[in-house]
Amino acid sequence: MESLSGRSKQVVNKELTFKERIYLPAILGGMWITLKHFFMKKTTIKYPEVKREFAESYRGLHVLKKDENGAERCTACGLCALTCPAEAITMTAAERKNGEEGLFREEKYAAVYEINMLRCIFCGLCEEACPKEAIFLTNEELTPANYDRGDFIYGKDKLVEPQHHPIGKIRGGGPLNQRNYHPYGKGLVTLS
Amino acid sequence: MDFTFLIDKTILVAIIFAISLGIAAYSTYFERKFAGFFQDRIGPDRAGPFGILQPIADGVKLVMKEEIIPAGANPFLFIAGPSLSMLTACMTTAVLPWGSYLEIGGRKIPLQVADVNIGILYVFGVVSLGVYGLMIGGWASNNKFSLLGAIRAASQNISYEIAMGLSIIALVMMSGTLSIGTIVEQQQNSYWYVVLQPLGFLIFLICSFAETNRTPFDLPECEAELVGGYHTEYSSMKLGFYLFAEYTNMFVSSAVMSALYFGGYSVPFISALHLDQNLVAIIGTLAFFGKILFFIFFFMWVRWTIPRFRYDQLMKLGWQILIPLSIINIVLTGIFILVFDK
Repeated sequence: MESLSGRSKQVVNKELTFKERIYLPAILGGMWITLKHFFMKKTTIKYPEVKREFAESYRGLHVLKKDENGAERCTACGLCALTCPAEAITMTAAERKNGEEGLFREEKYAAVYEINMLRCIFCGLCEEACPKEAIFLTNEELTPANYDRGDFIYGKDKLVEPQHHPIGKIRGGGPLNQRNYHPYGKGLVTLS
Repeated sequence: MDFTFLIDKTILVAIIFAISLGIAAYSTYFERKFAGFFQDRIGPDRAGPFGILQPIADGVKLVMKEEIIPAGANPFLFIAGPSLSMLTACMTTAVLPWGSYLEIGGRKIPLQVADVNIGILYVFGVVSLGVYGLMIGGWASNNKFSLLGAIRAASQNISYEIAMGLSIIALVMMSGTLSIGTIVEQQQNSYWYVVLQPLGFLIFLICSFAETNRTPFDLPECEAELVGGYHTEYSSMKLGFYLFAEYTNMFVSSAVMSALYFGGYSVPFISALHLDQNLVAIIGTLAFFGKILFFIFFFMWVRWTIPRFRYDQLMKLGWQILIPLSIINIVLTGIFILVFDK
């Protein structure tokens, strides 16, 4: 039968030649290859000391953003928790009192906001769901190892950024990252 | 048999024991390091600078671990297995000549613990005892995988010992002696025996891979199908002894190969320099260890290059190829001796 792809080959059970049967030339050839690798540059990255560069679109540890006045952007609407496929996010809402305008941007805020990093799958849907541009996934940090499972539940103390960074310069001024880019209609976020 | 003789020998035994165990310990480190290099990695580098404290860390870990003797195992034999392995691995070093001789205070001190006139036979006897360690361990574990591993070890070692012995016979025909010391001395001012016995050396090399259970002949501890082979049930330092014995065996076979085929402590053309005897002896010993280390490297190099044989291939290679080949080698050697009247 004619082959449609033209790539099929007849299987041949050819006899091994004497050179192939004594096996030693093949061994020597293999040993030459391994010897070359012995002196090649090593690809190992010594992790804790040297960190590999992340891709710009990498989805790492979450951050809860503040606005340019240093007030938290999150309004505890719960859309991130709702959209989270791993159900890693929980929050408790609270009402802003008088005199807290500098701390929270709108009248409602998250009194408790927790992400269980063992559940989280770092899909970034929370970031896409957020209408206030409050939660982002950084492209420069991973969840560090820990001895205790409880320590993997990150509260606001670990999630809220210490001071306002313009988006695109999250945590320590990395390069402009693709976390600003929302393919589903929001367009490029341009915050100061 | 005077007192100084005893002291000389005791010191020598202690030094050789320490060196061979030290080399065996550091072989584990270099094995992992070189495995890394061959695979474009850097290997262990956390314990101390470049990871050189790794063997100590491994040793401490093995000693600290819980010792488990399985409920169905025979406790006496279970402990005897690794002990015997370790014992036989260390015994062979006694007859190897580590250097010519030192002259201290007008006394000649040969750098060999015992120049037995049947040194080669002694080595063979002790090496073939080594398989009892694996067999007893595998049998005493009362575990099917261990038993299969032990059976493999036994049949493999018996098969390859024949070819190994036959390849040595050709060498003995040329040297006319069974004493390793004399064989090394013969190579001092003549060709190394690898030049006169290339085929014999090749057979010996392949067989020593099989005798030490190294890849491509590591079927007794073939983890893919036998879990861990004869040491499946072992933990703690008893497992450590098995692994350590393997490296000691590797060191010993490297030493035997360098002594029999690569001139032992002989350095080519060193007699032309007319150096002091002590200096010559020390250089010779260093040269001997250089050769040994090269062979250990070779063992590792092969291990990280070649995949393991299938069991029927292993048996076929041993019985149908190496044994006839070594018999042919004996015949050729006979003709060579007859024609050139060596």
